[in-house]
Amino acid sequence: MAIVLEARRLVKRYPGVLAVDGVSFAVAEGSCFGLLGPNGAGKTTTVEIIEGVTPATSGEVRYFGEPAGRRFREESGIQFQHTALQDFLTVRETLELFRSLYDRGADLDEIIDECSLGDLQHRDNRALSGGQRQRLLLAVALVNAPRLVFLDEPTTGLDPQARRNFWALVERIRERGTTVVLTTHYMEEAEILCDEIAIMDAGRIVAQGSPRSLLESHYPNVLIELPVEDVRDALGGIEHRVVEARGVVEIPTTDVNESLRQLASQVHGLNRLRIRQPNLEDLFLDLTGHSLRA
Amino acid sequence: MLKRIWAVFRARNLEFVRDRGTLGWNVLLPFVLMIGLYFIFGDTSRPQYTVGVLQQADTVDETAHPFLATRYVRFVPLHDEDEAVRKVAHHELDLLLRLEPPAQYWVNPGSPKGYFVELALRETDPEGRIVKAEIEGEALRYVDWVLPGILGMNMMFSCLFGVGYVVVRYRKNGFLKRLRATPLTPLEFVLAQVASRFVLIIAITIAVFAGTAWLLDIRMEGSYWALLAVASLGAVCLIAMGLVVAARVTSEELAGGLLNLVTWPMMLLSGVWFPLEGASRWVIDLSKVFPLTWMLEAARAIMLDGAGLADVGVDLAVLTAMSAVFLVLGAAIFRWRPR
Repeated sequence: MAIVLEARRLVKRYPGVLAVDGVSFAVAEGSCFGLLGPNGAGKTTTVEIIEGVTPATSGEVRYFGEPAGRRFREESGIQFQHTALQDFLTVRETLELFRSLYDRGADLDEIIDECSLGDLQHRDNRALSGGQRQRLLLAVALVNAPRLVFLDEPTTGLDPQARRNFWALVERIRERGTTVVLTTHYMEEAEILCDEIAIMDAGRIVAQGSPRSLLESHYPNVLIELPVEDVRDALGGIEHRVVEARGVVEIPTTDVNESLRQLASQVHGLNRLRIRQPNLEDLFLDLTGHSLRA
Repeated sequence: MLKRIWAVFRARNLEFVRDRGTLGWNVLLPFVLMIGLYFIFGDTSRPQYTVGVLQQADTVDETAHPFLATRYVRFVPLHDEDEAVRKVAHHELDLLLRLEPPAQYWVNPGSPKGYFVELALRETDPEGRIVKAEIEGEALRYVDWVLPGILGMNMMFSCLFGVGYVVVRYRKNGFLKRLRATPLTPLEFVLAQVASRFVLIIAITIAVFAGTAWLLDIRMEGSYWALLAVASLGAVCLIAMGLVVAARVTSEELAGGLLNLVTWPMMLLSGVWFPLEGASRWVIDLSKVFPLTWMLEAARAIMLDGAGLADVGVDLAVLTAMSAVFLVLGAAIFRWRPR
């Protein structure tokens, strides 16, 4: 599969802050690539360097093997995390404005239909709800029928229902073969949408791969969870970790039966015990020492 | 309740004080304005009458004739006889005097102030050696003279604030950043802004001019097309000037301060409200850096004196040059997003 986008040793230095510290990755055509990390990890700065709206201190961005330039702007669509639109324009007029800025253009009615904006197309864009506005911003990112779409924290602030609707929308875009680069701090979002992820912390990529391969390589085990107050000091000799944020004790194990026998002999009352697969949040905690949503 | 009001009051004050640019302009603008007004209008012994003196020299020698020592009369050296005579006809000069042989003076019999200045001249020339010439001409109504100034001022505010302020707002709220991510270039964006404001302000100016001309029977000696050409070029120049101001600023309050700093001197020193003739040399020189000065000079020449485009060629050339410089500079230093 062709490499659509390649970031090479990107560095962004602000006075006193190294926001992006040598980030490199490649995105295959048709895939969904996720940049995962907490707020302040450098995700948005990284994608803004790639998008060309923030100059890099050093490093290089290549689009289909060539330095990203006019062709990249023409063929990419961007949904910013925070952006304003021109006031006093309707949804349709906003889309017409942005489509006019590109040589290539998609069918507006198709985009309006795809993004469920049909009933809203004549409404002033300032009068949209959070979810409607996100759909409009995605539609703006699609007006040039892009081969590559950047979605920067697209579901932040949306309610669960709106978030799931948005994910379905992104899946439809992917089905057309459009490559997606997604930044998010929602691990569930990354697990559902992304073929490959790069976990960022403090401006650096600390792990990269498919969600499944990353979890399999880091966790050959499952996790047994117990509330801290049920365990107290009864875990002598059993490897464990206290997760204060969730008020639980985690016991990693590759032999659940043996671990349960051990726990039954040491802990009174296992009624609230839970066994689960490790997820990206656990991985992030292990890799960086702090929570994904910190 | 007081606690909440205090908290918001304090936060707003901190915002204002920490925005150095805004604070600076808020302090500096009134200060600079007062200093400027003091120098421009600070002369309390302002003459009541204006007499033109046709001569080669750039300064009037008070000792050349007793009349030239008359108090409360401002003697302005003039070199172009036709232009000076036209000013007498329009009541812009109360009297015109030439002491070099053949000595002569021109006065408009319809001018009350001319009548009194003539009496003073006769007092110092009892033998009547200076020959009298009468120049007929209606007094130029102030409304005829000031209309181009009012329209020009409206254009100035609309162009500078309508473009400069809006661009700063676009930059601050991220809309410019969004546009940056498209194939749109800074020059394309700048030209679109110029074109948009240009069409709007010309349409508004034409409507206001037509309405005023109909209501007040405004004097129009020249060609409407020539006037439209001057207004168009002036609008382009003022819009481009607004873009230069807005090219990098990210604070709306700072933009407001900067735009005020540009517009107020233009309003006072470009001849919007009163003629600059007789003002200090440095005021006249300073006025030449403002595009509004050139636009108004050309517009008045067309409307009041019937000048053609060729007659105002210098004004048009200066406006063209200023527009080009502002446009290139604005596009060159333009920034899509806050640093």
